[in-house]
Amino acid sequence: MSRVNRTTATQSVSVSFAVGLYGIAFGAAGIAAGFSILQTCLLSLLTFSGASQFAVVGVMGAGGSALSGIATASLLGIRNTLYGLRMAPILKVRGWKKVVAAQITIDESTGVAIGQENLGREAMQHGFWLTGFGVYVLWNFFTLLGALGAQAMGNPSAWGLDAAVPAAFLGLVWPRIVSGFERTLAVTALLLAILLSPYIPAGLPIILTALLAVIFGWRTRV
Amino acid sequence: MNQLWIGVIGASIALFALRYSGYLVPEKFLTNARMLRINTLIPIALLSALVGVQTITEKGKWVIDQRVAGVFVALIALRLKAPYFVVVISAALTSALIYRFK
Repeated sequence: MSRVNRTTATQSVSVSFAVGLYGIAFGAAGIAAGFSILQTCLLSLLTFSGASQFAVVGVMGAGGSALSGIATASLLGIRNTLYGLRMAPILKVRGWKKVVAAQITIDESTGVAIGQENLGREAMQHGFWLTGFGVYVLWNFFTLLGALGAQAMGNPSAWGLDAAVPAAFLGLVWPRIVSGFERTLAVTALLLAILLSPYIPAGLPIILTALLAVIFGWRTRV
Repeated sequence: MNQLWIGVIGASIALFALRYSGYLVPEKFLTNARMLRINTLIPIALLSALVGVQTITEKGKWVIDQRVAGVFVALIALRLKAPYFVVVISAALTSALIYRFK
């Protein structure tokens, strides 16, 4: 790799820190949901996708089956396929590098790469790798920290972790709600999942709301 | 192997497969307008559903407790454009305080 320009480097590092820190919230959420420190850390190392990881511990912590947890995580992870499609022609990677690139293909690495478009393809590549590795290292470090902290705390309710987890989800969905259309979808999905919860197995009420997204997205918005 | 392990390993395999396939599939395959639109809406639906279930239910029953207050405070923090960390911590503090004094 040739020299990285300063704009790209600064952006990559600040995004990595800002996002990596959330790892604490995930580490704590994993423990609060009944996962071990090892399992919580493996989710960050292997699954490595914030919303999907929170979904696994959220769904299974509420009593959902492994299958519901995996299905919800997968539905949330489909966007990573689209990021891969976007990055493939820019990175032009082969062999094991393609495997590494795939593993660090997330919202942030793709976002920073796209943000460097006016600086050329090389800057886009630098942005992708720097942000991808930066978030990976920090996210995993802070996951371990959060998991150890939560383990030491004991009862999750006494420390407010029971509310921190839904608040973390709310913080993830908030920036995606850009108009009344998304707000209607969000409120409908929230109410539907709550209403269905006592009647069907845990995890399913969440997965079923993906159908709402299909219905809402089917027709072009006017 | 227990359920938690299946969840951890299954989600990891699923996510890697989703990511890697993006580098293998021809671009036009997944980029029609309707697919893209639905794809941006799916996280909104699922994450909102998770907010609801984690706030109002416990083991498949409706339960109103300190969590509701915590999430409500998070909502106010978000409206005030507070950073993510402030949002999560303000929810935790609110919930913990009510839990302790109720």
